[in-house]
Amino acid sequence: MSALLELTGLTKAYPGVVANDDVSMTIQHGEVHALLGENGAGKSTLVKMIYGLVKPDAGTMRLLGEGFTPAEPRAARAAGVAMVFQHFSLFEALDVAENIALGMENPPKMRDLAARIREVSQAYGLPLDPSRLVGDLSAGERQRVEIIRCLLQNPKLLIMDEPTSVLTPQEVAILFKTLEKLRSEGTSILYISHKLEEIRRLCDAATILRLGKNVGTCNPREETARAMAEMMVGEVLHVPERKPHATAEVALELRGLSLAAPSAFGTALKDVTFSVEKGEVLGIGGVAGNGQDELTGALSGELPAQAGQIFFEGHDIGPLGPNARRALGVLAAPEERLGHAAAPDMSLTENAVLTGTVRKGLSRKGFLNWRAAKDFTNEVITRFDVRTPGAHTAARALSGGNLQKFVIGREIMQDPAALVVNQPTWGVDASAAAAIRQALLDLAANGAAIIVISQDLDELMEISDRFAALNAGRLTAPVPAAGLTVDQIGLMMGGAHDLEAAHG
Amino acid sequence: MDLSAISPTLLIAALMVAATPIILAAIGELIVEKAGVLNLGVEGMMITGAICGFAIAVESGSPLLGFIAAAVGGAVLSLLFGVLTQYFLSNQVATGLGLTLFGLGLSALMGQGYIGIRPPTTSKVDIPVLSEIPVLGPILFNQDLVVYFALLLVVATWAVLKFSRAGLILRAVGENHDAAHALGYKVVRVRLMAIMFGGACAGLGGAYLSLARVPQWTEGMTAGAGWIALAIVVFGAWRPFRVLLGAYLFGGVTVLQLNLQAAGANIPVEYLSMSPYLITIAVLVIMSSGKAKAALNAPACLGRQFHASS
Repeated sequence: MSALLELTGLTKAYPGVVANDDVSMTIQHGEVHALLGENGAGKSTLVKMIYGLVKPDAGTMRLLGEGFTPAEPRAARAAGVAMVFQHFSLFEALDVAENIALGMENPPKMRDLAARIREVSQAYGLPLDPSRLVGDLSAGERQRVEIIRCLLQNPKLLIMDEPTSVLTPQEVAILFKTLEKLRSEGTSILYISHKLEEIRRLCDAATILRLGKNVGTCNPREETARAMAEMMVGEVLHVPERKPHATAEVALELRGLSLAAPSAFGTALKDVTFSVEKGEVLGIGGVAGNGQDELTGALSGELPAQAGQIFFEGHDIGPLGPNARRALGVLAAPEERLGHAAAPDMSLTENAVLTGTVRKGLSRKGFLNWRAAKDFTNEVITRFDVRTPGAHTAARALSGGNLQKFVIGREIMQDPAALVVNQPTWGVDASAAAAIRQALLDLAANGAAIIVISQDLDELMEISDRFAALNAGRLTAPVPAAGLTVDQIGLMMGGAHDLEAAHG
Repeated sequence: MDLSAISPTLLIAALMVAATPIILAAIGELIVEKAGVLNLGVEGMMITGAICGFAIAVESGSPLLGFIAAAVGGAVLSLLFGVLTQYFLSNQVATGLGLTLFGLGLSALMGQGYIGIRPPTTSKVDIPVLSEIPVLGPILFNQDLVVYFALLLVVATWAVLKFSRAGLILRAVGENHDAAHALGYKVVRVRLMAIMFGGACAGLGGAYLSLARVPQWTEGMTAGAGWIALAIVVFGAWRPFRVLLGAYLFGGVTVLQLNLQAAGANIPVEYLSMSPYLITIAVLVIMSSGKAKAALNAPACLGRQFHASS
């Protein structure tokens, strides 16, 4: 029997960048095949070609030995290829059954469809209520909607783009059971990820892309995670070094911080209590949407708190706004780079002024000191290796990793006494991420208190002294990070969301 | 002032006539906005429909041909908006405002030779026996066809949006155009069709003004009806039956204030003339004050540009 899918010499170029350069790979029947690579390595472009969203410039695809040139996703679905997207292709204002009907060629009547959704979702251990609005579902449940939508069409090949990035460890375990059941039924899975340990657990083969080229195929069970990471990056990875911190002097303290949700879809913070010592890194984990943005806002001063809830070196800073807190040395870098941490259409210099003016004295009597601002910006660019034509470039023009280095560097260069970062390495390539983590650790070694809010558990385990998790706006008590197991972390994050409810 | 001169039965019958242009334009705009497009050119498409319908009806002597021409005229004008916003990605707010100004000017030009002419009469459907019923008869069974058509359109729009696959796809495109594109739906095509439907409905509404309600052609005769239709869509929370309610409310207050003026009410005419606009907006704002619910029904991609770049 021939292979399920054979790709030969696929090439796709966009203006200024070759996304895929002569990529060939083979997926066998009943195989879980990993597609590995950094952001921008061309994984997404490759699977979009298989799914008919993008037409290749050159190269051929063969499905079950026959030529396969899907002109649109419909054709790919008809041929037996289904895809679960990374940013879910779901409609929040529609219910589960309507969402699933939209992804099918010939959906049955709504009542029959609801019955089939119940049946298939129970059979694969992914319980779902067809009549619920997708907007009310957790990230894990939304993914189930996507998976069920694919399964109802009995696909031969299921493509999954970064499926575990939004799941708790328990939800990941449930997903893997489903995928293993599918594999045992003969369905092939193309699994895109950059989480190497997962791939070693689940996948039978792995193809690694770097800068659009296939740089090798391996059996992930026989390789170490480190070896695969170095194939991905193409260089030897630098592991951040950390020194244990000695002081026991509290820098930043929260005492029972409660905050109403700032918007209809926000999360209220409930009785959040912790303290961070000078030189300490506190890692805060949790699934997205459990209060991370609100906590960042409360710490930076964007969302003012009541008096008596936030203390910095003994001062009550709860009611203070961001600039007053900056003057005291409490700085923050929010998650969204474009539009929150940086103004997209303004130059790097202007962006540097926006947060740096208080501590770096970049303005006097209402007038800006452009020379000092430019010098400060260039210092950040040099020290953090921000790849940009110059300080005058608009923030929008930088790649995600470079802008992130700039945003974090801008705060670090202001000598914070306490620094709050949210998702510091989200969407950043591995070497830039390592540089950012090292900079945070160096800052801690100089005596700053650091709070890292992240959904990347590996990152938190690598740099945190203590770890806590946000779940529905509540923070667990921080515990020492060394020696925490995945199960313990998962329970802190709230376990498998809403499983019981969905069963009932 | 003599209030006894105002007959409730005739008032309600007149209210339905006064509301019909608003219903037509607002239902069209509702479909456009459900597809995620904000077309502020309703006023311009209405007045263009009004003159297209008027001119063709006068030339051909057939009101039916006039209404068809009005729908075609509105749709053609809306296509201009559609091509500019969907293919050339122009700003929807600015383009819509431009469309209104353009429509007002174009209709004035086209209407040069038609001022002061009477169009052929749009006949009423006079259902024998039923129209003789006191009170209900004149209200329900003695109107012209367009009034019934507008009501039918509201019901049909509700049913299509709620039950049909086409309606589901339309809502999906307005809710999340990137996801709809990823699933293989033609976002731009769906939106163009919705825009043209909206243009045709607005044109019909305009023609109903010039052919049936007034019936005469004067420049700028829509007098803000298109803007009221737009407001009713938003405050009606994108629900067809609430839009109907809003339109009836507006029509009702309009007719009532006209009757009060005729009865010589002791209120300055200017206050009476502005009352329909104020009362309609106030009532709808109060009704949709349950913020979270209204927000949930708003198409999430409303007014956002779509480009299939990724």
